[in-house]
Amino acid sequence: MTAIATSDTALQLTRDGQLKHFLTLDGLQRPLLTDILDTADSFIEVGERTIKKVPLLRGRTVVNLFFESSTRTRSTFELAAKRLSADVLNLDINTSATSKGESLSDTLLNLEAMASDMFVVRHSQSGAPHFIAQSVTPGVAIVNAGDGRHAHPTQAMLDMLTIRQHKGSFEGLKVAIVGDVLHSRVARSQIAALNTLGVAEVRVIAPGTLLPRDVESLGCKVQYDMRAGLKDLDVVIMLRLQRERMQGALLPSEREFYRLYGLNTEKLALARPDCIVMHPGPINRGVEIESAVADGPQSVILNQVTNGIAVRMAVMSMAMSGQVAERTRGQAEGEQA
Amino acid sequence: MTALLDTDQLLNELEAGLREQLTSRAVTSPALIGIRTGGVWLADAMNKRLGLEQPFGELDISFYRDDFSRIGLNPRVCPSHLPFETEDRDIILIDDVIMSGRTIRAAMNEIFDYGRPASIILCTLIDLGARELPIQPDVVGRTLSLQSHQRVKLQGPAPLKLELRETGQ
Repeated sequence: MTAIATSDTALQLTRDGQLKHFLTLDGLQRPLLTDILDTADSFIEVGERTIKKVPLLRGRTVVNLFFESSTRTRSTFELAAKRLSADVLNLDINTSATSKGESLSDTLLNLEAMASDMFVVRHSQSGAPHFIAQSVTPGVAIVNAGDGRHAHPTQAMLDMLTIRQHKGSFEGLKVAIVGDVLHSRVARSQIAALNTLGVAEVRVIAPGTLLPRDVESLGCKVQYDMRAGLKDLDVVIMLRLQRERMQGALLPSEREFYRLYGLNTEKLALARPDCIVMHPGPINRGVEIESAVADGPQSVILNQVTNGIAVRMAVMSMAMSGQVAERTRGQAEGEQA
Repeated sequence: MTALLDTDQLLNELEAGLREQLTSRAVTSPALIGIRTGGVWLADAMNKRLGLEQPFGELDISFYRDDFSRIGLNPRVCPSHLPFETEDRDIILIDDVIMSGRTIRAAMNEIFDYGRPASIILCTLIDLGARELPIQPDVVGRTLSLQSHQRVKLQGPAPLKLELRETGQ
């Protein structure tokens, strides 16, 4: 993962610091993340109109390249691209047995032959979107829609937008991420975003078996006891228990997990009274969160979904804009030479 | 060198021109929309001068510009805000300066995405000519013909001051 991180900045930014791919939050500075949130704010207004569409990416082709299944992420990316007036192609590709490097290259060559302008990529292998960004034709933007256990940057940014909407700013906030951090690319991106945007404290609350070994080095405190961890919280982010990714006995039982780490009304009362409850979805009611909390007044889970469209519109238009800037500069330099 | 044009005088002319348009078109309840940033200041001023009770709208045309393929997205985009229905409304669209006409085209495209207005009156403080599209304002404060080294800029929001700058090139 460190090998990926070193080349991040050069790969996803233009020479003057504009976004041209969106692969990870590692290496992105606070002003750029704030730009993404501000641009997303403007797109929220578009989503409230009768005609929820702007002509920004008219005539561009966006390919949703999903090597791993998804409902919410794929549909919000699709809606985001359509609201930007782009043409959208959805490809669900099952990669279970194929040699991934080869099939990926071949798939890409075919899609590039269709004159695509952007690939939105989800893949079970960490680093797949980086690989594509390195090999893709110049001018084509790559947006990471979740890769392995590595990153899910648009999810983290829609979470940041939701927090900013409800809390005004990030200053002084105490935020906890609860549950299956081990398998969660969302948690990794959230920790990066929260630290870059300057919250007071990021906690992870989970049993040791569901935490990555190096978790504190990501920039967070570890709390094994949920009741102690909920104290003074402004934001609690619940994660889905990813049973499908679990190999071996990481948990005694779901019931035991719910008893210790599930969020219910009684435990939520230990946090600040205005603490908001978030969840990237899909939620498992009664496994990590009680229905009364998921549907309760402190829950902002459905706001997150709405914000997901706006954040994806922002990231897609900014990445396309960066590609435009790079091409314009390339042409100018070509003329000079 | 910076020269100051008589902004109050121009605003008076703008107001008089607007009243004349409204009378001749028999428009009794117009809604004002200003294009960010200068147009919004002017919309505020005209809203007060015309005594309209309804708040004015603010338009940011960044998502509707026709030069995305050349210059990309405006990094300082703000949300548009139209606090009224545009469907079947008589709209007064205000900007500080008109030149190519492309901003107005983008603004009209955006307005139509909110609803189909009954009519649009276009009002600009300064007309610099050099049109590239067949779009003409109905009300103009002053028509100027600038030299290549001159720039005109509205400073605001209060007080509104129109500056004519010599860039010295």
